[in-house]
Amino acid sequence: MDLNLSPEEVRFRDELRAWLQANAPQDWSEWREKSIEESFPYLRAWQRKLHEGRWAAVSWPKEYGGRGATLTQQAIFWEEMARVEAPPMANSLGLGLIGPTIIAHGTEAQKKRFIPKILSAEEIWCQGFSEPNAGSDLASLQTEAKLDGDHYIVNGQKVWTSYGWVGNWCELVVRTDPNAPKHKGLSVLLIDMSSPGVEVRPLRQMTGESEFNEMFFRDVRVPVENLLGQVNDGWNVAVSTLMYERGSYGARLHPLFRRNISRLIELSRTFKKNGRPASQDPITRQKLAQCYAEVEIMRLNQLRAFSRITATGAPGPEGSIQKIFWSELNQRLQQVAQEMFGPYGQLLAEDSHAVDKGIWSYGYLRTRGNTIEAGTSEVQRSIIGHFVLGLPKSY
Amino acid sequence: MEFGLSESQRLLRDNARKFFATECPMAEVRRLMETETAFDAALWAKLAEQGYTGCIFSEDYGGVGLGKGELVLLMEEAGRALLPGPFFSTVALAGPVIDAVGSPEQKKKYLSPICAGEARSTVAIFEDAAAWDPTRFQVSAVNGKLSGEKRFVTDVAAADWIVVAASNGVFLVDPKASGVEIAPMSGMDLTRKLYTMRMNHTPAEKLGDVAGLAGALDIATAALAAEMAGGMQRTLEMTVEYAKTRKQFGKPIGSFQAVQHQCADMYLETESSRSAAYYAAWALEEKAPDATVAVSIAKMYTSDASRTVGNRGIQVQGGMGFTWENDVHLYYRRAKASETAFGDATFHRERIARLVIDVGAETARHA
Repeated sequence: MDLNLSPEEVRFRDELRAWLQANAPQDWSEWREKSIEESFPYLRAWQRKLHEGRWAAVSWPKEYGGRGATLTQQAIFWEEMARVEAPPMANSLGLGLIGPTIIAHGTEAQKKRFIPKILSAEEIWCQGFSEPNAGSDLASLQTEAKLDGDHYIVNGQKVWTSYGWVGNWCELVVRTDPNAPKHKGLSVLLIDMSSPGVEVRPLRQMTGESEFNEMFFRDVRVPVENLLGQVNDGWNVAVSTLMYERGSYGARLHPLFRRNISRLIELSRTFKKNGRPASQDPITRQKLAQCYAEVEIMRLNQLRAFSRITATGAPGPEGSIQKIFWSELNQRLQQVAQEMFGPYGQLLAEDSHAVDKGIWSYGYLRTRGNTIEAGTSEVQRSIIGHFVLGLPKSY
Repeated sequence: MEFGLSESQRLLRDNARKFFATECPMAEVRRLMETETAFDAALWAKLAEQGYTGCIFSEDYGGVGLGKGELVLLMEEAGRALLPGPFFSTVALAGPVIDAVGSPEQKKKYLSPICAGEARSTVAIFEDAAAWDPTRFQVSAVNGKLSGEKRFVTDVAAADWIVVAASNGVFLVDPKASGVEIAPMSGMDLTRKLYTMRMNHTPAEKLGDVAGLAGALDIATAALAAEMAGGMQRTLEMTVEYAKTRKQFGKPIGSFQAVQHQCADMYLETESSRSAAYYAAWALEEKAPDATVAVSIAKMYTSDASRTVGNRGIQVQGGMGFTWENDVHLYYRRAKASETAFGDATFHRERIARLVIDVGAETARHA
């Protein structure tokens, strides 16, 4: 138990800090208000720059363009990125989830073909997992791939695909053996989104934006060399992607949460509630302190999870407590903001009276998705019940 | 940076777990809770033999000289075993106070018998008007004599001397001294006895100034948070065990999501409590700038979590969970007593607010 940064971690932080000081863009605050379509080339350019400094995928092994960063160094990375309010990277799914999955399960040829362009943001990746009838019960998915010579022929529909509209490639989970038990008949294909028969439609969500897409596949031909991992072993490949998703997002999100609670505390000192600053209202103080404490506990849980991952070598089902913790905390934090702002909380970006240009009204709506995306809170609790506590399977 | 346990810490924890399972099983807990003081001399001698009574005190006084990180691991195991008697009062509370405010001679005089297992002690803090806030104590010394009333003092009847926190100093009182009146309070927790302590021109030995008290109470508070996490862990284990074996509708009730998700929440709350308590101990040991906030975060979180974990544990165990013979209510009782000791969640949220909202404003200005 030693929570001081080691000399090596300090070196890592200082090197990154110096690089960011010289290279982090100064004009992100102007771009962040534009639509994602408009700002996407900007985000792509930023990722390319990070990649040139070998900062795009610090967690990846050195031979694949990363730095072999430890989990603590990864946390430092996100902390420093947040500190300078750096923009996100364009290819976040490729870097965070799909790249690591390809490194873990891919052939040498696949790694050589895909990894460099994930890093440079030349090829943007999306993830084709959920279907209209396969959400929480992901393994029941029906999109099928039939072998035809040296190609798979893919037919089906995917939904809730982030980056679908801009994706060049997709990690697609398909059914290759309809007669096997549901977990045993799946495979993962890497699909070129420009293939004939691929159609992408925007899906408008309750915030009014379209972060996600629906994707339709009609007789799409995929060469067999684009099978990731073994045929009919796709569930294991997909689960390793989901583990990266649940295990690592906490480190990325913590600095953002920290910034949000700090901003709320700052606002509480001037925002008036019943004729005095909200920071002097006993109930508001209680709620802000509760959020502050929980944001800190989120960090501490993450650090303890890191130690376990370092000891066991892979993110485990304990990552599910992180997913539950951050997603539900984010909702509570937005609720506290709403209570503090009263009627001003509801005002949208375009209203001149909106607090912080509407980020809190947006956050209030957007965080409803947090307990649904990347595995609902209910699924996470079932994972803990079965895989961590050893209770009988409930589904 | 490494937030796991070191090899020696793991060893300490495993040994403590084995020790408590052997020396203080639930049958022994139930026997002791029916006694007047819940203190057992034979058990105490074994605790001392393990070095537990001297774990964080200097080798100069016959202690083991371990850190707060080790103290919380030991307290967690004590909490898991629901250890009755004055262990917490002596080792995690009175000892650190003497260590913080006493002179070298006093430390030698009073810590050595604690380390050797020859003496027990406690600290009288809570007053009706002042609660846990040391800045508002009314008990004070006039010409070296104390007058006033303290309440919710733990384990007084087992103590060889009592540390009294007063407005103008921290004092040591012999329970047999003139003017001392001790009366039991009937608390929910049967394993840690509570008392009122009245003093009337009671002679007392001054240990030191009140200024040193806060740091020592932070150590006790972090230790208590860890003890609470241990209690939660045991409640979780009993509950999961029950959910695996109890059948209804032809299936183990643990296969129903309504039950399973309660268990998952218990796990989340227990793990989060542990994270917060360990960090508080580390921050105190390192004298980190956020140590006081960290202690309040730990006590705030565990105060609420130990109650909700108990609520869920009883609910999942249904009628059995509501019976006297089931141990879960013994942990639930301890959790309630611990929840308010050294300030409940509301108290600590306000303390956090003062440190990060009010003081934060000043630091921001200076930055």
